[in-house]
Amino acid sequence: MAYAENLLSRQATKAAVHRRRIPIGAWLQLALLILLLVFILGPFYWMVSTSLKEQNDTFAIPPKFIFTPTLEHYNFVLFSPSAIVPTGLQNSLIVATLTTLLALVLGTPAAYVLARFEFRGKRDLWFWFISNRFVSPIVVALPFFLIARDLSMLNKPQALILIYLTFNVPLVVWLCLDQFRAIPRDLDEQAKVDGCNLFQAFWRINLPLAIPGVVVSAILAFIFSWNELLFALILNRSTGQTAPVQAANFMTGFGVKWGEMMATGTLIVLPVVIFAAIVSRHLARGLTMGAIK
Amino acid sequence: MANMADVANLAETHSTARHRRFPRINWLALAMIMPSVIALLLVGLYPLLFAVSLSFQRFLLNRPQNNGMFVGFENYATVLRDELFWSSLGRTLTMLLIVLIVQIALGIAIAVLIDSSRWRAVNWTVKTALVIPIAMTPAVVGLLGVLIFNRDFGLMNYLLGLIGIEKISWLGDPTMAMVAIIITDIWQWTPFAALIMLSSLALVPHDMIEAARLDTKNAWTVFRYVKLPYLMPGITAFMIIRTADVLKLFDMPFTLTRGGPGVSTELISLYIQRMGFRIFDMGVASAQAVLLLILCIVLARAYIRFFYRTPESE
Repeated sequence: MAYAENLLSRQATKAAVHRRRIPIGAWLQLALLILLLVFILGPFYWMVSTSLKEQNDTFAIPPKFIFTPTLEHYNFVLFSPSAIVPTGLQNSLIVATLTTLLALVLGTPAAYVLARFEFRGKRDLWFWFISNRFVSPIVVALPFFLIARDLSMLNKPQALILIYLTFNVPLVVWLCLDQFRAIPRDLDEQAKVDGCNLFQAFWRINLPLAIPGVVVSAILAFIFSWNELLFALILNRSTGQTAPVQAANFMTGFGVKWGEMMATGTLIVLPVVIFAAIVSRHLARGLTMGAIK
Repeated sequence: MANMADVANLAETHSTARHRRFPRINWLALAMIMPSVIALLLVGLYPLLFAVSLSFQRFLLNRPQNNGMFVGFENYATVLRDELFWSSLGRTLTMLLIVLIVQIALGIAIAVLIDSSRWRAVNWTVKTALVIPIAMTPAVVGLLGVLIFNRDFGLMNYLLGLIGIEKISWLGDPTMAMVAIIITDIWQWTPFAALIMLSSLALVPHDMIEAARLDTKNAWTVFRYVKLPYLMPGITAFMIIRTADVLKLFDMPFTLTRGGPGVSTELISLYIQRMGFRIFDMGVASAQAVLLLILCIVLARAYIRFFYRTPESE
């Protein structure tokens, strides 16, 4: 009896020790995860660190991981008399903000109606909306250039604000559609009893409840518009250049100024990276137009 | 996707809605949906139709004398005889095949790693970090590539040097420049695959895995027969999206290589852009764009027919 008890308690201690000790496989997992983190963040770190290095340190071999940081490149791209980056960022901000707002104004009522009604052709409409995701921008960009030229909209933000609707409206519609579906219909019935028409039911009851989905789709639309290069390059070549167009122009001409280039890159990327981190749980869903939860 | 009960429930309320609340045409509903439809008609469909009509015209931006002359299928004939068109299309499709395979395999591996790891804080950090490459402005990613793939002081050659590999002229060599573009794309978009696979893995019921573990100790068997079926919809969606994205890939290669050296990394979108805005032949460029569009539609139709479901159709 005593022996058995003793044995049992010894087993229990053994199990406890075993539980406390982390198996070797888990350490291997930790090592792999950290390696993965280094691979993911390495290039990003390299961009930021190059933007903070003296030009000489940029060319150092072996590369310098520890160095005295300097803000001279930021100072130059933002505050020198010939600095164009502030205008670029400002143009990008104007375009991305306005196209996002417009996409919300157009998209949310449509999403609500699509969530609440069955009608003939709904499937075709759905396919047409989502097919915009598959059309290469270059196909639309060629004729849009001619249209914008004839309407004297070249080099102005208006053309970009409008053309970005081709991907922002479908995005808003499909992300908000899910959100509206999740709102109980009883609320609609109640609103109707209280004398609300369809639009009032949408505006007063459903839209406020759908705010999380609306915000996520707005942030994603902003990120995609902010990042876009092809349309911006073709439509806003001279004035009204957005920040990515300025980044692309760095590669023309000789004697690349790496520090300034990476400082500009960091300035462009930082806001969207922060936004993306905020909506990180929804990013994959946005990229697949809501097809993946 | 909504589950079956939800869908059935919705369908029921739909029919009551149609019969009782909103007889036949609901003008207000129409008014709420039309603005977005009109906007997409104007900025999406109209330019498309314009592109189709351009593809049948002579249209040179630099010599506008005879612009607008109907030339039938001449532009299409030019495109189909153009070796550069076929080589750029072939290059694009080769790249697509490589990145799809690598990104899906790596994405699954990363997702399984995170899913099975006990390091909560590290998992959370990695999941958040995965978002960064995806969100980064592709034009800036291309610029960053120019720095990292630099022959003399780039990080890539330095790291390869540590394991004894001689300096590679990444952006000066036709093959290696293409490899650089592919590596960059893999870096930027594998996290997207990993995120999709992670959310799919979260759907696998725990007791199913436990039950399978009682039957076999082989982790691969558990993965193959229990987890993989749950990953398939995600893999499909990833393939659809990435196919569309690679066919229209422009920003990153534009800043990384500009299609060079020579035309060795000129992907299809880069070539069409050059035809339209450097060679100034909008007619031929439009014909190319229309052919690319047809390819997109065929692929999208096929994918959607086989894999996509509207929430109602289940």
